[in-house]
Formats: sequence, C-alpha cells, structure tokens
Amino acid sequence: MSKSRVVLLAALSAAVATAIASPVLAQDYKARAWAASCAACHGTNGRSEGEIPALAGKKKEDLLKKLKDAKAGEPKSLTVMHQHAKGYTDEQLERLADYFSKQPK
Amino acid sequence: MTLNRRDFVKLLGAGAAVSAASLYGCAATPTRTIGRVVVVGGGYAGATAAKYIRLWEPGIEVILVEPNANFVSCPFSNRVLGGSMKIEELTVSYDKLQSVRGVKLVRDEVTAVDADKRVVRLAKGDALSYDRLILAPGIDFMYETIPGLNNAAAQERVLHSWKAGPQTVALRKQLEAMRDGGVYAIHIPKAPYRCPPGPYERATQVAFYLKNAKPKSKILILDANEDIQSKKGLFTKAWNEKYPGIVEYRPNSELLDVDARANTAKLLGGDVKADVLNVVPPQRAGKVAQGAKLTNINARFCGVDFLTYESTVAKGIHVLGDSIQAAPGMPKSGHMANQQAKICADAVIAVMTGRPVNDEPMISNTCYSWISDREVVHVASVHKYDKEKKTMVTVPGAGGLSPAPSVKEGAFAMGWAESIWSDALA
Ligand code: HEC
Repeated sequence: MSKSRVVLLAALSAAVATAIASPVLAQDYKARAWAASCAACHGTNGRSEGEIPALAGKKKEDLLKKLKDAKAGEPKSLTVMHQHAKGYTDEQLERLADYFSKQPK
Repeated sequence: MTLNRRDFVKLLGAGAAVSAASLYGCAATPTRTIGRVVVVGGGYAGATAAKYIRLWEPGIEVILVEPNANFVSCPFSNRVLGGSMKIEELTVSYDKLQSVRGVKLVRDEVTAVDADKRVVRLAKGDALSYDRLILAPGIDFMYETIPGLNNAAAQERVLHSWKAGPQTVALRKQLEAMRDGGVYAIHIPKAPYRCPPGPYERATQVAFYLKNAKPKSKILILDANEDIQSKKGLFTKAWNEKYPGIVEYRPNSELLDVDARANTAKLLGGDVKADVLNVVPPQRAGKVAQGAKLTNINARFCGVDFLTYESTVAKGIHVLGDSIQAAPGMPKSGHMANQQAKICADAVIAVMTGRPVNDEPMISNTCYSWISDREVVHVASVHKYDKEKKTMVTVPGAGGLSPAPSVKEGAFAMGWAESIWSDALA
C-alpha cells in the first residue's frame, strides 16, 4: 500500500468516526478495566463458565460483603479469593461490586 | 471527496484475505469505523486483546493474524504428558472470536512491520494497514546458544514441548516408548523463561505417569538456575512424599551443549545421558518483535509502557505477553498475558476515541500447577501501577500460595481454564 493511500485511509477513518460518533454512556471505565482482571477466573463480565462462582447480576451488597470478608481472610475455606481481595482498597472493591451487580446474568 | 462503497473497501482491505463481505460482516453491528487494529498472534495475549477491543468498542475493526487453525493452551499441557488430559481438550477454535465478536481472522504470518507507513507484510504476499498494531508473538527459542540442537533433525529428537501442540504429543509418545527403568531428563534455562513453575510441574506430571506405568524409572531435573523458580516448598514436598525415589533435582546445571544422537546433555559439571531428553531452550521475544527492532532490553525482550503496553521504542505498536520485559514479580504466564491484553485493549480504545487512558491499572496472576491427575496448587499475586516508578509493582500483603495440593483446587483450576478460554476466545 502506498503512503498516500495510508494517509487517505487515516483521514477517511477520522472523518467516518466524527460523522457517526457514538452516544457517550456514563461508564466507570476504571472499574470496568479492574473487573476485566477478575474475568480470567470469573468469566467475561462475571459470567463464569465453570466451577468458579459467577458474579454477574448478583446483589451489590452481597458481593461487597463477600469481598470485604475475603480481604479479612474469611471464611477460612477460601482457596484463593482472600489473596486477591487483599490487593484492593475498599473503594476499589466497592466499585467492582457495583460493576458486577450491573452485568446481565 | 466522494467514495463509493467499492473504493472504500479497496482502501481499507489491503489484503485479498480480508474480503469485502467480511469487512461489512457481523450484520448486527452497525458499520462505524473508528479505525483498524491489527493483532499479531492468537495466544492468551493476542486473542484476549482482539476480543476485548471488539467487546468494548465495536466501531474498531480488528484483524487477527495467526497461522494456526486453533488455539492450543500451554497451561495444563503437562497433563498430556501425565496422561490425564488429551491435547484436544486443550484446543479451542477461533470460530467464536469471528462469529460472536466480528474479529477478522487472517491465517498467515507477518514477515515485516513498516512502522512509518503503518503496514504489516504477510508471508502469503498480502499487506495490511493499521492505525494501531498489537504484537503478541510469544517466545522464540535461542537455539544458537546450544550448537548441537541448532538444526532441524536434532530438534525433532530432543524436544522442547514448550509450545503446546504437536511437540506435546510427541514427547508423550517418547515417554510411552521409554523402557521401565529409563531416565527422563529435563533441562531448564536460566530465568526469565515462559511459565516459571512449568518445568517443575512437568517433572511432577511425568512422575505421576512413571510411578504408575514404569515404576523403576527416574527423573532428573537439570536446572541452570541456582534454585527452584516457583512453588519450591510445594513441589519438593510432592516429590518427597508422593513420588519418593523418582525425582532428583540438580541446581546450577549450566548447559554447554547437547549431543542429540546420544540423548546427552553436556553440562558444566559433566555429561548426563538420558533415555528421553527434554531441553527447554533459552527464550527471547517472538520473531516479529525482533524483526520490528522492538527488543530493546538485552536484545531479548521488549520494553513497554505499562499503562498502554505501547513499545518504548516505536509509537503505535503495542507488545503483549511473553515477549515483553516484565516488571519484577510479573511472570511470563497465560494469565498475565490475558490481563495485560485487557489493559492494552482499553488504552488502545481510549487513544483512538479520545478519552483519557486509565492511570491506575490493576492486574493479577494465578498459576495453577497439577500435582497429580486431580490435585492442584497455585501461586497468586496482585499488581498495581506505581505512578512515581512508572512501572507495575506487586501489592504487599496480597497474593500467596496454596497450603497443600487439593482436589478442590483441581476443580477451580478447571473452572479457571473454562473461564479464561472463553474470556479470550468467545
Ligand atoms: C484465580 C482466580 C480468581 C481471580 C483472579 C478472582 N477470583 Fe474471585 N473467586 C475465585 C474462587 C476460586 C472463588 C471461590 C472461593 C475461594 O475458593 O477462594 C472466588 C470467590 C469470589 C467471590 C464470592 C462469590 C460467591 O458467590 O461466593 C467474589 C465476590 C469474588 N470472588 C470476586 C472477585 C473479584 C471482584 C475479583 C477481581 C478483583 C476476583 N474475584 C478475582 C477465583 C478468583
């Protein structure tokens, strides 16, 4: 592809992007990115594919309580979740619980 | 400027591999082109990046360049050697990435990157232009450091099996053909290498197989490092208690050369002859990253900005996964690659749509290792961005190890695999 074509392409995509701009939804992008980290185990947007519990669409208060308990090392039966929860501030856990509670089951 | 639909397609579709129909495919999504991202490599990093860009911003066209027909998971592939899993169970197709997410798959290899023109050239002759390029080419083996292995015939005999697929199956066949009373030896290169606990898990899985099938056999772990690189206590305990008398660990085993015909590892301390010799060679960033001159750290790995995974030497090119020079405590693992990919996807979308890049990325790692056919242990860590040091640091107090192998973690490990494969590929 020639240079002029690439330049043209860039100009064109910019033009198209402006012409059909998306409606901007209120979105907590940071929480979405943090939650995407959890998805490796809990599934995309908290829709788990296997044994690890799903998070999508669960009540925010319940999710937050479980996360804060896990951060405090409770219950003792946890295999790994306490080790992850301890990496986050309470404010981050709150925004994570909020994000997952709003995802479709 | 007036353009009809055909010109538009001609302009965007630099390669015949991407047909006009596919450019307008995925009828459910309105065509709203913000720009094009080309992702090179469909492993844990590349597949995840491709999926998440489409998930979060369907207005960006994503083309994934990958030569293989299917994704084959390296994590858990040691179970194929142990005999409790089949390679087919580790294989996932790229179909859903295309049909559900509208990612365009081009079955080809990138031969060159033209960073100035923002074009990649493909082996089959086509070229693809991009607005942003994401390279996730995995690892390349430094065979030139092992002269006796630096030819195809020797490499067919002494396997690495460090990229899951035909080599995994071939090593299993070698183990099946080995006599009872034989020696399986694995050589581990100096860190950093892909999957720190992997070699020790492999020795453990081979022990699981030999203990039942060929109990007079022995396993030698020849480690170039001075000590076990991951889960030391858990692996040593398993070797001593579950597989007593089978596994022998030899640290500081620097490899000078290999005699492939004689199945002999020539070590600084003398020769070791095995019935099955398995050499994991030293590694560097995948070939595409080397060719694009992005390996600015010790001429091996690629320096990146941890907010965007953009190369520190080439604007507009991002590097993910095992090819990067990771921050301390960040292993070269599939889980880590999946995490980096989502930070990168979010940053690429942010840059292309003009919103600020997330300045507080958080990622985690968890590596599950199989001790038997059902029992598993893990190591976990959480990593956050340090604004002053401009790098990722491990969060103190978080992360840790399993207390002991358990069947419960075996079930969660399978749950992890199902979730992460779908997270990357569906
Ligand atoms: C390594 C895999 C892994 C990662 C990563 C992970 N989790 Fe978990 N999570 C688990 C497992 C396994 C459990 C079950 C409890 C246990 O054994 O620790 C769990 C349990 C939970 C629970 C309790 C669910 C219930 O209904 O009982 C919540 C809430 C949760 N995780 C949220 C999160 C959030 C938020 C993140 C990201 C910050 C996250 N998890 C990251 C594996 C993971």
